[in-house]
Amino acid sequence: MSFEWPWQYNFPPFFTLQPNVDTRQKQLAAWCSLALSYCRHHKLYTLDVMEAQESPVFNNKKIERKLSMEAIQVVFEELRKKGNLEWLDKNKSRCLVMWRRPEEWGKLIYQWVSKNGMVNSVFTLYELSSGDDTEGEEFHGLEEWMLMRSLQALQTEGKAEIITMDDGKGVKFF
Amino acid sequence: MDRFSWSNGLLEINETLVIQQRGVRLYDGDDKAKLDVGVVLLSTHRLIWRDIKNHECCISMPLSQIIFFEEQAAGIGKSAKIVIHLHPPLVNKEPGPYQHSKYSYIKLSFKEHGQIEFYRRLTEEMTQKRWENTPVSQPISTGTGSQGGRTRAVGIVGIERKIEEKRKETDKNISEAFEDLSKLMVKAKEMVEVSRSIANKIKDKQGDITEDETIRFKSYLLSMGIANPVTRETHGSGTHYHMQLAKQLGDMLQAPLELLSPEDLVNACKMFESLKLPLRLRVFDSGVMVVQLQSHSEEEMIASALDNVSEKGSLTAEEFAKLLGLSVLLSKERLLLAEKMGHLCRDDSVEGLRFYPNLF
Repeated sequence: MSFEWPWQYNFPPFFTLQPNVDTRQKQLAAWCSLALSYCRHHKLYTLDVMEAQESPVFNNKKIERKLSMEAIQVVFEELRKKGNLEWLDKNKSRCLVMWRRPEEWGKLIYQWVSKNGMVNSVFTLYELSSGDDTEGEEFHGLEEWMLMRSLQALQTEGKAEIITMDDGKGVKFF
Repeated sequence: MDRFSWSNGLLEINETLVIQQRGVRLYDGDDKAKLDVGVVLLSTHRLIWRDIKNHECCISMPLSQIIFFEEQAAGIGKSAKIVIHLHPPLVNKEPGPYQHSKYSYIKLSFKEHGQIEFYRRLTEEMTQKRWENTPVSQPISTGTGSQGGRTRAVGIVGIERKIEEKRKETDKNISEAFEDLSKLMVKAKEMVEVSRSIANKIKDKQGDITEDETIRFKSYLLSMGIANPVTRETHGSGTHYHMQLAKQLGDMLQAPLELLSPEDLVNACKMFESLKLPLRLRVFDSGVMVVQLQSHSEEEMIASALDNVSEKGSLTAEEFAKLLGLSVLLSKERLLLAEKMGHLCRDDSVEGLRFYPNLF
């Protein structure tokens, strides 16, 4: 299924950082939403800032408008504040894009676990992300670092415990 | 040259002008006389000479002084001359340019020619001796003229003399006028006072005097260059001055006739609202200040800006200016204001700055 662009994507002012504060807030919200949904659609978990500028997300060739580097940084900062982005380096050249936050992932995983009556079971990380049983689930194919964070979030909530096993890590749900 | 006497150059009755020649320099004997080039005139009675530049300088000599005369041909660099040998001066001769001279002859140097004709006429007169037939009074002195009979100015000399007198008269008037300048200033001040009091009366009695009269009178004042003037001197500096100025601005929506400093103007404009005048000073974020009618409310401006932009899809400041017939500066201010209010948003690209309706 092809990605559906939001109406803002074809609105030239969308690519200019708005000086009016209220307008800017709405604009940034739309950008965050677009960036995240694009990454979700293409299952992108990391972004390189330089590459991003040329990616269709921030560069609409049809209307000949693209987001300036400054504006992209502002959008990324906004994502970071909302918990959807994490910088991988001090220079802010690469980042992790969490179009679903760890807490959200954790919730989904727990839902699946309890729905299938597997509370109190132990799972390996591999089983969760790549096992046959989880095929069709949204968290299937989740990258390990993301999975870890999600489980850590559940752990914080007291719903799971990460355990170290012989050949890796596992998790027990409560 | 001591045979000459000062003269006013006016001819006597019975005296007739025979010939005159300009460009003549006088010589006292062989020496150049201490006079400039002038006009020599021959009448039936006298030989007259007048300075061309200074008509006051006029001398004459009775023809009876002449013993004989002869021509002196021109040479290289020298003009033709007539040498005139003279009797000794009369005892009661009136004073002239020379008290005494060692020469008993004079020369007329004709720098612009004419010596031939002059010589011929002089010969005629000296032969006819018409002065003996029609005696006139004593050689005329520089005194004011009439001795018995009226001094009539005739001929070209007379006309010249009249012109001269008129010029003197004008000179006198001008200097008198300048002397009276201070009196004039007082008069002017009075006039301003009167006009101002009338203008005030008009303002107070708005009801009694018809609008038509008021307008007429105001235009009358305006033509005199006085339109209820408010000057620093009359009203002093400070708030009061600015208040008055503000009222004036409010009345006329045009600059007063005096020069104003921008500072004064702005201060006056700041008082519009407190003085309940239908004008407002608006300051934009950029610092631009405009004076606008109160009716020109902000909402109206923004609404109309939004309408225009929506209709066209988007507008640049230049396009908007053209649409409204406003300056680009003002139209941009309006667009910025509408953006500030959240009605418009901007598209800033290499193509320029364009405004869109805020669809966010």
